[in-house]
Amino acid sequence: MTEDLYDRAPGDDEFPGSRREETLAGLRTYLIGLALAVILTATSFWAASTSLLWAPGVPIGLAVLAIAQMGIHLVFFLHITTGPDNTNNVLALAFGVLIVALVVAGSLWIMANLTANVMPSSDLMNLQMQH
Amino acid sequence: MSAITISHGGHGAHAGAHEGGPASKRIIVAYGFWIFLLSDIVMFSAIFATYAVLSRATAGGPGGAELFNPTSVAIETACLLASSFTCGLMSLAINEEHRTATYLSAAVTFLLGAAFLTLELREFAGMIAVGATPQRSAFLSAFFTLVGCHGAHVSVGLLWLVVMMAQVAGKGFKPRIMRRLACFSLFWHALDIIWVALFSIVYLMGGR
Repeated sequence: MTEDLYDRAPGDDEFPGSRREETLAGLRTYLIGLALAVILTATSFWAASTSLLWAPGVPIGLAVLAIAQMGIHLVFFLHITTGPDNTNNVLALAFGVLIVALVVAGSLWIMANLTANVMPSSDLMNLQMQH
Repeated sequence: MSAITISHGGHGAHAGAHEGGPASKRIIVAYGFWIFLLSDIVMFSAIFATYAVLSRATAGGPGGAELFNPTSVAIETACLLASSFTCGLMSLAINEEHRTATYLSAAVTFLLGAAFLTLELREFAGMIAVGATPQRSAFLSAFFTLVGCHGAHVSVGLLWLVVMMAQVAGKGFKPRIMRRLACFSLFWHALDIIWVALFSIVYLMGGR
């Protein structure tokens, strides 16, 4: 009865009521998640193998599909929602996403800069290796 | 004091992080494990960044397009996604404290996870057989580190699942065991999220 006074654990279902109803509602959530994930995965594999699409745009499309699918997994499998009982979980996730973005984007940015500005050109590199 | 009492009575539906007293142990344990999973994902992000930086550094050796087999990757992906789904079914069975359904869904989850791992190891063996070892190039070092790290997580997950089933068999659905099972299913779903990033970046973008 005081259940919704508490925070919700990540992975917990959000359906109050009898256990049978809860299980059925949970099953429906997992089935929707599975169907959406299968559609997104199939689209990704199709987009990567087809020649119908404009090739330079495909990696961006794949990134969008991957991010969408991660969102589907978070919502339907890990039950992370924006409800008030889920604030702590979402805040932790947001911090995690921030760090991941900093690490990945920062590394790529710095290494691209190094390649462009510091590395000797490939001719020079070959010359040095031959001595 | 009276203000606190009123807020308890009046805002039941809008209770936030600070209301309702200390959370139950189940919630604290799952939250702690959620923090661990996020830190694990941060670790993976560093390996992903390394791979992204080194993905063109093939040192004249074979690249992704020659090495990767899209069919095998598609089957691996299907296995892992299906095992994530059956792991969800296992959580439902655990909530119902239904032993047979728990064992059945755990067995399917285990077999699908093991199939994933077998395919991955066969892929590694095939690559090593044609000389594409981690020593060959920076690209291959990064590839084996990233995919191998995910594979190691899956192996640990399979071991954990076996241990948990032994605990369910021996001790039954005690709150302590249920908390551990909840952590396991969070772990297994998180591995699938990492695999989504992995097959998109490594196999689909790198195999073109």
